[in-house]
Amino acid sequence: MPWLSYQKALNRALTDAMAADDTVFVLGEDVRVAASNVTVGLHRRFGPDRVLDTPLSEQGFTSFATGAALAGLRPVIEFQIPALLFLSFEQITNHAHKFSLMTGGQCQVPVTYVVPGSGSRTGWAGQHSDHPYSLFAHVGVKTVVPATPPDAYGLLRAAIQDPDPVVVFAPSAALGVREDVDLATLAPVPLGAGRVHRHGTDVTVVAVGHLVHDAVAVADDLAGSVSVEVFDPRTLYPFDWDGLTESVRRTGRLVVIDDSNRTCGLAGEVIATVTERVRLAAPPVRVTRPDGAVLPFSPELDRATQPSRAQLTAAINLTVKER
Amino acid sequence: MTTSVELYRTVRLIRRFEERAIELVRSGDIVGGIHPYLGQEAVAAGVCAALGSGDLVTGTHRGHGHVLAKGADPARMMAELTGRVTGLNKGRGGSMHAADLAVGILGANAIVGAAGAIATGAAWAHRQLGTPVVAATFFGDGAVNEGMLLEAFNLAALWRVPVVFVCENNGYATTMRVEDAVAGSITGRAEAFGIPASTVDGQDAEAVRAAAAVAVARARAGGGPSFLECRTRRFDAHHTFEHRVRLRYRTDEELHRIRARDPVDLQGARLDTATRSEVDTEVEAVLDEAVAFALASPFPDPLTALDHLYASGLAARPGSDV
Repeated sequence: MPWLSYQKALNRALTDAMAADDTVFVLGEDVRVAASNVTVGLHRRFGPDRVLDTPLSEQGFTSFATGAALAGLRPVIEFQIPALLFLSFEQITNHAHKFSLMTGGQCQVPVTYVVPGSGSRTGWAGQHSDHPYSLFAHVGVKTVVPATPPDAYGLLRAAIQDPDPVVVFAPSAALGVREDVDLATLAPVPLGAGRVHRHGTDVTVVAVGHLVHDAVAVADDLAGSVSVEVFDPRTLYPFDWDGLTESVRRTGRLVVIDDSNRTCGLAGEVIATVTERVRLAAPPVRVTRPDGAVLPFSPELDRATQPSRAQLTAAINLTVKER
Repeated sequence: MTTSVELYRTVRLIRRFEERAIELVRSGDIVGGIHPYLGQEAVAAGVCAALGSGDLVTGTHRGHGHVLAKGADPARMMAELTGRVTGLNKGRGGSMHAADLAVGILGANAIVGAAGAIATGAAWAHRQLGTPVVAATFFGDGAVNEGMLLEAFNLAALWRVPVVFVCENNGYATTMRVEDAVAGSITGRAEAFGIPASTVDGQDAEAVRAAAAVAVARARAGGGPSFLECRTRRFDAHHTFEHRVRLRYRTDEELHRIRARDPVDLQGARLDTATRSEVDTEVEAVLDEAVAFALASPFPDPLTALDHLYASGLAARPGSDV
């Protein structure tokens, strides 16, 4: 079976979506030459009208896409850096997201926003290293953070097919992940369905995006002493609460590793919801970025502000110690 | 081509609709107040008269005129303002978000300068889909200082999008005089992007229609966007809250002077007295029926408050599990 990289999976999903549906088109900065590698080959195959290079006008082209969606197209916007989501936050949350309700269901806005390279890209410093998925989950915009190549393919396909706006975060630290995949098995992955990567009986670790791979590695390391279940929500909004509840009911313990800032981040919501539903055997623990994190430039400082395997190991050991 | 009588009917309909709506604000039937379009009727009427039924508009927070002129049902519009389930948006939008996609109204939009790019994208997409239309996007003088509107000018000009940018310069952004807010000129902003711009008497519906017809024809012929600055005057408050809290930014003398050039009277003077009175009677009957329909309509069921949040039908978690 061929090795499929995460980045190539995104490219394959876009290509297949455009081939399957004439109303799908891509717009963004430098998409013609595929500066991020995700749009490789699309300009040659589908032409400039369906691979639309935009000027540096993120607010303008984000709402341009909203208008195009109202008219019946399915735009896919590529944002080169995660902070551009701050710049276009108003256009996504206050317009694209609200039109369905505000018009009483007269319209739909099927725009997909893809960020290939979200989170830290070591050395890119304060303004290029954010991971604002919790903000979109908070306002109720559908939000996905795939961890693996098949999920990157399947969730991007599902996002493009969805009638609502969807933000797809493709973490920098996951872009290079490769998996031996039977290409014929690639298929859309329904939004809102989590996935257990590794079964265990002592503790459930909820991990988001690239951190799924860290969680699996830590679980392997601890295998002799602790049986760790790794739950990957895949979609942060809507979240697979039933799937997670089922897991935690079995393990009785919960650790969350999440690349959000701590206050009002996803981990807080996961812990709150699980503790509303399940009586835990030990207090839950979260591993996140610090409150108000701004990633400093120097590599050691950059790493020091991101959730680490060492922190996750300590968190798991803490929860299982309290038997 | 719309006749003078039809143009009069539209300005008169908007005028009386707004006056009736203000009565309903006072009676408490419209909550949250409105941004009255009084004094600016000729702009919406003139521009929409130059559009076809398949063409698109986006409006503003002061948007009742655009919605009525583009052909929405006044009764369903009034029902929307009064929060009824029979409203254009089923009571989910209200005054600032009234929309009727079936007649090309992509919605009033309550964020200043935000709709220009939406209209541009919609018109571009229709061309791509092989169903070309022209979009007219209305905004005020305050919007010309919003960056995202200037981004829309750039995209529309670059890609020759069939869109008409209609600036309703009523002299004030809420309470700030245009002279204190706009460096350079309003039309100069469009000209900087190579968009042909003209200034027209926004109190004269026929003058607006003539200027808009040129812009629409240009757009339809593939000539790209145009910009119209319609010089107009807002006769009433920025928002009806001003009826209770007087903000001192215009003198009585100024208000008296601007109200002397009334777009309804200007257009009415082009009709003979009998025709004008016939239209007035007809409009009054339409509005009597609209108000009666609105006030007799049911309110939406609170259990449906989050209906339509997602087009996919996804049900959001409630705020409490108990």
